[in-house]
Amino acid sequence: MYTQGLDVQKGDVSIPLEQGDSELERRFQAKIDADEKIEPKDWMPEGYRKTLVRQISQHAHSEVVGMLPEGNWITRAPSLRRKAALLAKIQDEAGHGLYLYSACETLNVSRQELVDQLLEGKAKYSSIFNYPSTTWADIGAIGWLVDGAAIMNQVPLQRCSYGPYSRAMIRICKEESFHQRQGYEIMLTLARGTAAQKRMAQDALNRWWWPSLMMFGPNDKDSPHSAQSMRWKIKRVSNDELRQKFVDVTVPQADFLGLTMPDPALRWNAGSGHYDFGEIDWEEFKQVLQGNGPCNRERMRDRNRAHERGRWVREAALAHAEKRRARAAAQTTAVAAE
Amino acid sequence: MSERDWPLWEVFIRAKAGLAHKHAGSLHAADAQMALENARDVYTRRGEGVSLWVVPSTAITASDPEDKEAFFEPTGDKIYRHPTFYEIPEDVKNI
Repeated sequence: MYTQGLDVQKGDVSIPLEQGDSELERRFQAKIDADEKIEPKDWMPEGYRKTLVRQISQHAHSEVVGMLPEGNWITRAPSLRRKAALLAKIQDEAGHGLYLYSACETLNVSRQELVDQLLEGKAKYSSIFNYPSTTWADIGAIGWLVDGAAIMNQVPLQRCSYGPYSRAMIRICKEESFHQRQGYEIMLTLARGTAAQKRMAQDALNRWWWPSLMMFGPNDKDSPHSAQSMRWKIKRVSNDELRQKFVDVTVPQADFLGLTMPDPALRWNAGSGHYDFGEIDWEEFKQVLQGNGPCNRERMRDRNRAHERGRWVREAALAHAEKRRARAAAQTTAVAAE
Repeated sequence: MSERDWPLWEVFIRAKAGLAHKHAGSLHAADAQMALENARDVYTRRGEGVSLWVVPSTAITASDPEDKEAFFEPTGDKIYRHPTFYEIPEDVKNI
C-alpha cells in the first residue's frame, strides 16, 4: 500500500521489534488488546514509535508524490467539469499529506526532517507513483484502481491503535470516496465512447492493473514486519487479504465497463468464493521500490525542484511575519512610553 | 539543506452556530493570519465549519498523561456527584 516499503526491508535493525517484558510494556500491550487508543504523550515502546513514524511518513510522502502523475493532466483535462474535479482531487491529496505529516509530528519528529528524508531519497513512497500517466484514461484508471486500493487499505486503518493516525485516516476516508467515483466515471465515459476511446480505457487498465495489485505490498509470508504491526494494531488486515478483497470488488466493475483484466489466470473460484488471479511480477515490484521504476528519477527531480523553487516563499513568509511582529512590538513600546 | 520550520498551530473548527469549537488538527504557518487561511484551505474544503480558531501549539498547557491517575483521582470516589447515587421511589414523578 502507500506504506508497502515498510514490509520489504528485511534485516533492517533500526526498528526494535522484539517485545520486551517490562511492566510498562505489559501495560501498553494490555491497553492495545483492550482496544484503547494510544495518544502522543502516552508511554510507548521505541519500536512502536519508530514503526509509526516510518509508516505515517511513507503514507504522507505517497500523498505528496501522488500529486505528480495527476498534475500532468490538469491543463489537458477534456472539459471544465473534469478539470475542476481533478484540481479538487489533487488539492485533497495535498491536504491528506498535511494531515499525515501532522500526525507524524506528534511522535517527536519535525516536519523538516520528514521532508528532508523524502527529498534526499532516504524515505520510501508507494511504488505506484513511479508509473507514467501517458493518456487521459490513466486519470480514470488511477482514480478507480489506485484510489480504490488506497481506500481498501485505509478503511481498516481508521481503527489503528494510534489516535492521531486513526483520526487522520477517518478524515481522509471521508474525502477519498469522491476520488474513486470520479475515476470510475471517467472510465465509464470512455468505455461507452468511440472505439478509440474504449481502446484507450483498456490500455490504461492493462498498464495500471498489476501495479495496483502491488500496492498491497509483498505476500504475507514475505512481510517480516506484519506480525508485530498486527499485534500493535498499527496494521489491521494482512496484505494478501486486502489484495484479494480488492480483486473481488474490481473484477465485476471491469465487467460492467466491458473491459478485460490483463490476467489470463483470472477466474471465479466457486469453491473459495473468490477470484483466483495470476502471480505478481515481484521482480518488477522490487526494482520500482529500489528506485528503478519508469519514473522514480523524474518524481524525485520534480519534488526537489518544486521544493527549491518554493524556498523564497517560505523565507519571505517568515521575514514578513517577523517584520509585523517587530512593528507591533514597537507600537506597544511607544504607547507604553506615552 | 535544512531551513527553519514555520511554527506549529492547532486548528479548532465550529461546525455550526450552537456547537463548540472542536480540535481538527494542526498545521505550520508563518503567522496567525496565514494559519487561519491555510486552516480554511485544508480543514474546511467541504463546508466543515462556520468559525475557525488557530492557536500556537506552544501556547497550550496540557496535563501530563503520566500523572493521569493521580490528577483525576479526586473525582473517582465522589459517586454522590451523580444523580444515580440518590434513591427516590419509582412512583415519584421526575421533575
